[in-house]
Amino acid sequence: MNIHDIIFWILSLWAIVCAIFVVVSRNPVNSVLFLIATFFAISGHYILMNAQFLAIVNIIVYAGAIMVLFLFVIMLMNLNTDTEPQKSRLVHFAALISAGSLLLVILSAFRYANLTQVPITDAGDIGLIKVLGKTLFEHYVLPFELSSVLFLAAMVGAMVIGRKEVVEEKTK
Amino acid sequence: MPIQSYLFLSFSLFAIGVMGVLMRRNAIVIFMCIELMLNAVNLLLVAFSKLHGDAGAQVFVFFIMVVAAAEVAVGLAIIVMMFRKVNSVDINILNRLKN
Repeated sequence: MNIHDIIFWILSLWAIVCAIFVVVSRNPVNSVLFLIATFFAISGHYILMNAQFLAIVNIIVYAGAIMVLFLFVIMLMNLNTDTEPQKSRLVHFAALISAGSLLLVILSAFRYANLTQVPITDAGDIGLIKVLGKTLFEHYVLPFELSSVLFLAAMVGAMVIGRKEVVEEKTK
Repeated sequence: MPIQSYLFLSFSLFAIGVMGVLMRRNAIVIFMCIELMLNAVNLLLVAFSKLHGDAGAQVFVFFIMVVAAAEVAVGLAIIVMMFRKVNSVDINILNRLKN
């Protein structure tokens, strides 16, 4: 077991434990913080696979922007209490059973899949920003431009939805 | 690492996300569990892209992140709006679209 395997197992354990704490912690602020820790572990996996661009984008976009948005909304609603109503014990048990059986079904479906056993650590430099940029702008230019339109639509939509009713009545 | 390790890790994260969606009542936490599931899929896509030496999958991961950012903006706006209406983010209260 070399150093790479050890880092892999530490990061995997970190990711799974933090993901479980996202689900089970009562306070939504704690959930957000554990989710940020999970995203850092996943970024560590990306670095381990030499996908440097995605690691940085994951930290900046997910842990930086999206999670701060979640935190802002939680603070805005003043939800950072531990008195959140919980579902019944039966629903918890049913959720655990169904998620576990889903995991079991997917794993057993992939058990006999014809996957090659090559290690995927030393697979060259396809995760570098130069290669990704060339691929993006040679083969995926149209989706790239369309995603900017999607962003514009999402921005306008968020503003329209989040607008206060009082303003609407005044403009009428 | 063989690809099987990444398969197991990604499926575990995805199952934890599904468990959170089924278990919690807070709409924001359900949203976060959906983000967790998206990240599990992203991790598996990157692992397969390294396995096959294809950079296209990593571009797809980039697009998934873009779409997730847009989705979070709109979804959180909807949740804030619903919180203003009914003063709660409990999905057992939000389960009816009328009144």
